[in-house]
Amino acid sequence: MGSRSSHAARIPDVDSIRRETGFSQASLLRLYHRFRALDWNEKGYLSRVDLQQIGALAVNPLGDRIIDSFFPDGSLHLDFPGFVRVLARFRPVDDEDNRNRDPKEPEPLNSRMNKLRFAFQLYDLDRDGKISRQEMLQVLRLMVGVQVTEEQLESIADRTVQEADEDGDGAVSFLEFAKSLEKMNIEQKMSIRILK
Amino acid sequence: MLRAALPLLGLPLAGAGATEEPTQEPGSPGEPPPGLALFRWQWHEVEAPYLVALWILVASLAKIVFHLSRKVTSLVPESCLLILLGLVLGGIVLAVAKKAEYQLEPGTFFLFLLPPIVLDSGYFMPSRLFFDNLGAILTYAVVGTLWNAFTTGAALWGLQQAGLVAPRVQAGLLDFLLFGSLISAVDPVAVLAVFEEVHVNETLFIIVFGESLLNDAVTVVLYKVCNSFVEMGSANVQATDYLKGVASLFVVSLGGAAVGLVFAFLLALTTRFTKRVRIIEPLLVFLLAYAAYLTAEMASLSAILAVTMCGLGCKKYVEANISHKSRTAVKYTMKTLASCAETIIFMLLGISAVDSSKWAWDSGLVLGTLFFILFFRALGVVLQTWVLNQFRLVPLDKIDQVVMSYGGLRGAVAFALVILLDRTKIPAKDYFVATTIVVVFFTVIVQGLTIKPLVKWLKVKRSEHHKPTLNQELHEHTFDHILAAVEDVVGHHGYHYWRDRWEQFDKKYLSQLLMRRSAYRIRDQIWDVYYRLNIRDAISFVDQGGHVLSSTGLTLPSMPSRNSVAETSVTNLLRESGSGACLDLQVIDTVRSGRDREDAVMHHLLCGGLYKPRYRYKASCSRHFISEDAQERQDKEVFQQNMKRRLESFKSTKHNICFTKSKPRPRKAGRKKKDGMANTEATNGKPPRDLGFQDTAAVILTVESEEEEDSDSSETEKEDDEGIIFVARATSEVLQEGKVSGE
Repeated sequence: MGSRSSHAARIPDVDSIRRETGFSQASLLRLYHRFRALDWNEKGYLSRVDLQQIGALAVNPLGDRIIDSFFPDGSLHLDFPGFVRVLARFRPVDDEDNRNRDPKEPEPLNSRMNKLRFAFQLYDLDRDGKISRQEMLQVLRLMVGVQVTEEQLESIADRTVQEADEDGDGAVSFLEFAKSLEKMNIEQKMSIRILK
Repeated sequence: MLRAALPLLGLPLAGAGATEEPTQEPGSPGEPPPGLALFRWQWHEVEAPYLVALWILVASLAKIVFHLSRKVTSLVPESCLLILLGLVLGGIVLAVAKKAEYQLEPGTFFLFLLPPIVLDSGYFMPSRLFFDNLGAILTYAVVGTLWNAFTTGAALWGLQQAGLVAPRVQAGLLDFLLFGSLISAVDPVAVLAVFEEVHVNETLFIIVFGESLLNDAVTVVLYKVCNSFVEMGSANVQATDYLKGVASLFVVSLGGAAVGLVFAFLLALTTRFTKRVRIIEPLLVFLLAYAAYLTAEMASLSAILAVTMCGLGCKKYVEANISHKSRTAVKYTMKTLASCAETIIFMLLGISAVDSSKWAWDSGLVLGTLFFILFFRALGVVLQTWVLNQFRLVPLDKIDQVVMSYGGLRGAVAFALVILLDRTKIPAKDYFVATTIVVVFFTVIVQGLTIKPLVKWLKVKRSEHHKPTLNQELHEHTFDHILAAVEDVVGHHGYHYWRDRWEQFDKKYLSQLLMRRSAYRIRDQIWDVYYRLNIRDAISFVDQGGHVLSSTGLTLPSMPSRNSVAETSVTNLLRESGSGACLDLQVIDTVRSGRDREDAVMHHLLCGGLYKPRYRYKASCSRHFISEDAQERQDKEVFQQNMKRRLESFKSTKHNICFTKSKPRPRKAGRKKKDGMANTEATNGKPPRDLGFQDTAAVILTVESEEEEDSDSSETEKEDDEGIIFVARATSEVLQEGKVSGE
């Protein structure tokens, strides 16, 4: 790749990252270059502003929330392992992984459950483990155009929560969330082909 | 002189019109001078342009008639209808005049009809996508076309040896190779016409379309080489001639591309200086691009490649240099010309087919050709894809391959080339003509008709069919948005060393040379200042007591708020958001209970209201739809909301950026952009930048988003709708301040 060294050795802690995320050498290298490209003033970490500079995110309704998901627990700096850890969830699910996996080890980051958990966290901003009606309403507001009125949104939010809520507590827990989506092909919908 | 122009325009010297002398010539000897004539029929004087205009008029009227019926246009691609119309018209003309009058003349075709289409495609080609897939495109274009040509030619020759082709078709191996070379090229006109109705994903589209453009060089070379071999006689061909043939491939393609790039450079350079003569900007664009075409044609290089490269190369600089109005003018004119040319081509194809004196039928040849082109194309695609997938980031799956092999349409180029053959050298010309006509008709009509259902069927086969709940619909959209966002974070196209290097080179040298100085300067510094400037401007504005959302007393248009929607009745919503793709339309129909009705209404609301995730399934070179308003509107809304939210969170973190000098400058709605120049009090005596608001933002958006080079995101800040986005009228003091402390 030219004068920039393409040695994976330049990536700090490359082996532990590989083990944790399951990325191939080539993918990690690609992500590392992308990390460096985003970090245009070479601080060594990414801040929110760096991610916000990606133009396409500004026209994505969930852009800000996704940027926030890269900065867990309110931290301001994103280093490369953190970057990769989030992206690892979008690795395509490899059946081979599952077969060879040692059942005692923690689930790989890109399992179906973890993908769902990522999505769940986008909804559940206060991290109480449930999506309340208010949170659902907020997401709806983000994702629906302006021609739908507030009352309509509220009724949609009500219905959505009602549909998924099984134990009647007025909120959607993670298990209920997962159950409502059991028919959906999450493995395909939340995977990026180029991240092997 | 006008009469001499007639053959060029492809119209035979029509019947009686031209051959008779005007009977009203005064002063002819032996006749008493006629009295003053009140009214004279001057047909022959206006004949040529009148006929041309009439043709175009007929074509446009035909289009209007087709589009009257939505059902028909959704099933049948326009090109089919046009060809059929051509057939009908040709039949009429034949019946009336007892001879075929109008033909697709190769001269007209190559000089007048093809350039607008290619120019339009080249100019609006998404260059990022094109260069990302360049490897695949080149492979298919070069290797694929060569493979198709040789195998088809050889197979047809084999067919003749086997006796399935009647012996009256006198053709040797070389003749068949020649025929194979001209029939094997995928045609850009046909591909565009059909694919823009079938919405496949953009990678697939760009590969097929790019292939159809780039294979022109190969076709030209093969055709010329085979033609000259035939003329020399197969006995005289020597080894050096083969080598020369191969070398000419490189010369033609690289030469054509070089010509295009030279003209692109010239075009960009000249538009840099047209600040005071804005009116000629569109003219320059067309003239120089056309000149590129003609120059390449003159030097017998690949003209299509030249125009494509010209469009691709100049676009970025031209768009930065010319005014907004010129940009619109260029866009509309190109699309009009291209659309017009396409219509005429298909109609003339239909008409030309009717003239049976030009062709002779041989079933073996025809059927053999049809079978072979389909078979060898499919085989070629499969083989090449298998090889390419070893190297590609995103592999091409089976469905893509099916669409690619099925979408290899032949069209007018093949027809024009076959007409150009010399009958004395190639006695089998008439049979070839007939075969070509059949092949072109077959691909355009049959393949064009069936490709849409095929694509739909293949896709539907993959997905499960179940009625989604509200939850699923909502979450599906959420996931799509998430995926799009993560792809953008990852930089979907991956890291490219060469592209990086190119962009650095471009930034340092080319842009400085070719872009208007103001545009270039602003673009360079603006990025790191823009974001902070915007936020600062907005904060100060809000701090000074303005409420962002209230519209009274401010000239700042408020963000569209949800409660301002007047009509909330369900029927209105149903009428308005008539998105046919909603699954719930069936639900609406069978509504029974109140609960179900409510359910259906919500589905509909959600369906119509949800933002669509970034389109991965849109054809970007559409001929019929100039702008995608829905996408732009959505982008605008989302952008505003995001900016507003960021603003609020930014403000709440309590920054004390104090700046007394830069006043907020709210824009009056409807104020012309150029007048904004007058607002320069704050610029400390420096000459006002002649950059309109839209140019700033337009350039910014092209810088900031790598993926959106081709999108008209400059439209996001038109007169009416700025929302939070204050002008980053980079005042000198701010620029000098450089980076702002903190974030």
